[in-house]
Amino acid sequence: MNSKKTLSQAVTTGLWALLFSSFVQASAVNVENYGYPITDRFVATVVGTPPEYTADLPEIPFRERRITIFPERQTPDVFFYDAQLLYSVALQRNRAPLIFLIAGTGASHNGTKNKNMAKAFYQAGFHVVSISSPTVNNFVTAASTTGVVGHAQKDAEDIYRVFAKIWDELGKEIDVTSFHVTGYSLGGFNAAYVAKLDDERQTFNFERVLLINPPVSIYNSISLLDRMINNIPGGMDNFDRFVSNLLRAYTKVYNEAADPVGEDFLYKAFQALNLQDEQLAALIGTSFRLSSASLVFTADVVADFGYVKPRGLELNRYSNLAIYDQVASRLGFTDYYHEFFFPFYKAEYPDITRDKYIAAISLQEIADYLSTAEKISVMHNADDIILEPGEINFFPEVFGDRATIYPIGGHCGNMNYKDNVAHMVATFTQGERP
Amino acid sequence: MIQRLLSSLSIIIITLLLAACASTPQTTNQVADYPRPIFTANRLLPPDHPDQLAVYDPWEGMNKRIYNFNYHFDRYVFLPVVRGYQWIMPNFAQTGIHNFFKNFNDMITMFNSALQLAPQKLAKSTGRVVVNSTIGILGFIDVATMLGIPRPVEDFGQTLGHWGVGQGPYLVLPFLGPSNVRDSIGLVPDFYVRSVIQDELLKSDEAQITTTVLWPIDTRANTSFRYYETGSAFEYRTVRWLWSTKRDLDVQQ
Repeated sequence: MNSKKTLSQAVTTGLWALLFSSFVQASAVNVENYGYPITDRFVATVVGTPPEYTADLPEIPFRERRITIFPERQTPDVFFYDAQLLYSVALQRNRAPLIFLIAGTGASHNGTKNKNMAKAFYQAGFHVVSISSPTVNNFVTAASTTGVVGHAQKDAEDIYRVFAKIWDELGKEIDVTSFHVTGYSLGGFNAAYVAKLDDERQTFNFERVLLINPPVSIYNSISLLDRMINNIPGGMDNFDRFVSNLLRAYTKVYNEAADPVGEDFLYKAFQALNLQDEQLAALIGTSFRLSSASLVFTADVVADFGYVKPRGLELNRYSNLAIYDQVASRLGFTDYYHEFFFPFYKAEYPDITRDKYIAAISLQEIADYLSTAEKISVMHNADDIILEPGEINFFPEVFGDRATIYPIGGHCGNMNYKDNVAHMVATFTQGERP
Repeated sequence: MIQRLLSSLSIIIITLLLAACASTPQTTNQVADYPRPIFTANRLLPPDHPDQLAVYDPWEGMNKRIYNFNYHFDRYVFLPVVRGYQWIMPNFAQTGIHNFFKNFNDMITMFNSALQLAPQKLAKSTGRVVVNSTIGILGFIDVATMLGIPRPVEDFGQTLGHWGVGQGPYLVLPFLGPSNVRDSIGLVPDFYVRSVIQDELLKSDEAQITTTVLWPIDTRANTSFRYYETGSAFEYRTVRWLWSTKRDLDVQQ
């Protein structure tokens, strides 16, 4: 009798535990009473965090360095200045943990977002090493094996090689207790694949990894971003008028501001311009298009594929590039995937189909790994503009309570909000949210 | 002072002469000899499509050479000096020195606002100079900004533009970077005014020399632009367009 009761109790408890754990698996940490002030996702994406809400961060010794990744490589003369990879460091005097930061699409090692993260982690006692996105032309030219970036595994291998080369040099100067990695946007996506690679190769044995606003499927996200440029009134033929009007308005605010270098300038300028969502989408699309035009041309020069530049034609540092710029500006990232990226890798792996390739460039592809990798956590926003409707659910489903979903913030708009900064730092110092 | 004026003049004249003499190097390769790429202008651009970022740049070959020279000068000379300065000089001193030079520039703005017959800009810049030169101790403290006095910036290039002179050909100046023929000529009177003020204000040779040495260092330290680090593969022409657009807007303001 007694034992029967115990058994049924145990079974019931077990059932409850199972139910409860599956419930927890499916629900991320949802943030309540969140104080980030911008509710419009486009505004959040463009403006970021208003100054009175940002974390209080110190000035730090953030120094640029350069490193040769492929000593044998002949750099195309037109990109002679990109023979070495540029990166930044902020180093502690004493023995400390080290964190690598990977920037998002088109962003450099010393861009605002990486610099702010560097400040937060340096303040928390970390050595910081910040690298550009593999989509930045300096990285493509100096550190990409093929030049044809956007390949989840190959980009991760390139980044991993860069980390290792940097560590070869830094290891002589500093004492490190443990290694960590984080990145935002595409950099967050890269960080996931880098973590997986590290599990196989075990050079760093990353202790903690944080993915900030990563895409789920690269192809879905670039399609969304490509389409945003259609918001330019009158289409691409009015590209210059659109940009110059914006610039004009911006300059007007700039000239009227008493202190245009003040950190709240961008926010004030934005308020004065009073842009609508369509214009903001057009602005985001434009900025993305400028990055993609530059990237595809660089990839074409490095790989000599014949995408916009005739194959075999060698450009030099004095060459006039106007025509390549004009042509590349008319092409989206999706064109790059279909007409350059896919045919390029198809030659290497003849069996692969287009759909398989598109499916493979996603976090879904490594979902099994991600669901069990306890060291990896995610910080995301429910209203992120680079996700298709419903895609956000991927994170609670796969990461469970290792995913924190903020209700607002757009795409990376809340990264400098004080709660988010505290969250980022706590992920690496305590392993959990504050 | 005359010597410095002459040296600055000679740089500009030499630049212009170089510009006039230098035959533009062949920058367009013989594209026809190579297989056609997947995407060509014919395929993507509408016929007669103007280059939306076009800027009149007849001396592009020479400009690119100077642009390259500036990159190397920056990398091996100028920026190391700036970093040394930032390492030695305490932050508050750097700010003070920067304010001091801003005060000089406000005087240039006064002079040009007068030439443009622009009373508001003249009043603002005069107000700034008066407040900063007195309460602000020779300009080292920017009291005017604390008081919320806006800071218009006008130079002789803008004055010429104000009276209808166009930018002329794009010009990359050695050491100084992107400019155009109009603004390059405008450097001369601005430099002259500056020298006169400097002679009036600073009596000792040491002060004169220190000011002359620190001026370019402070300017570079406060200019975030780095050659070939904009992240654009088309940097030369993007910067050229942004610069000339900015200068047009500066004149219209």
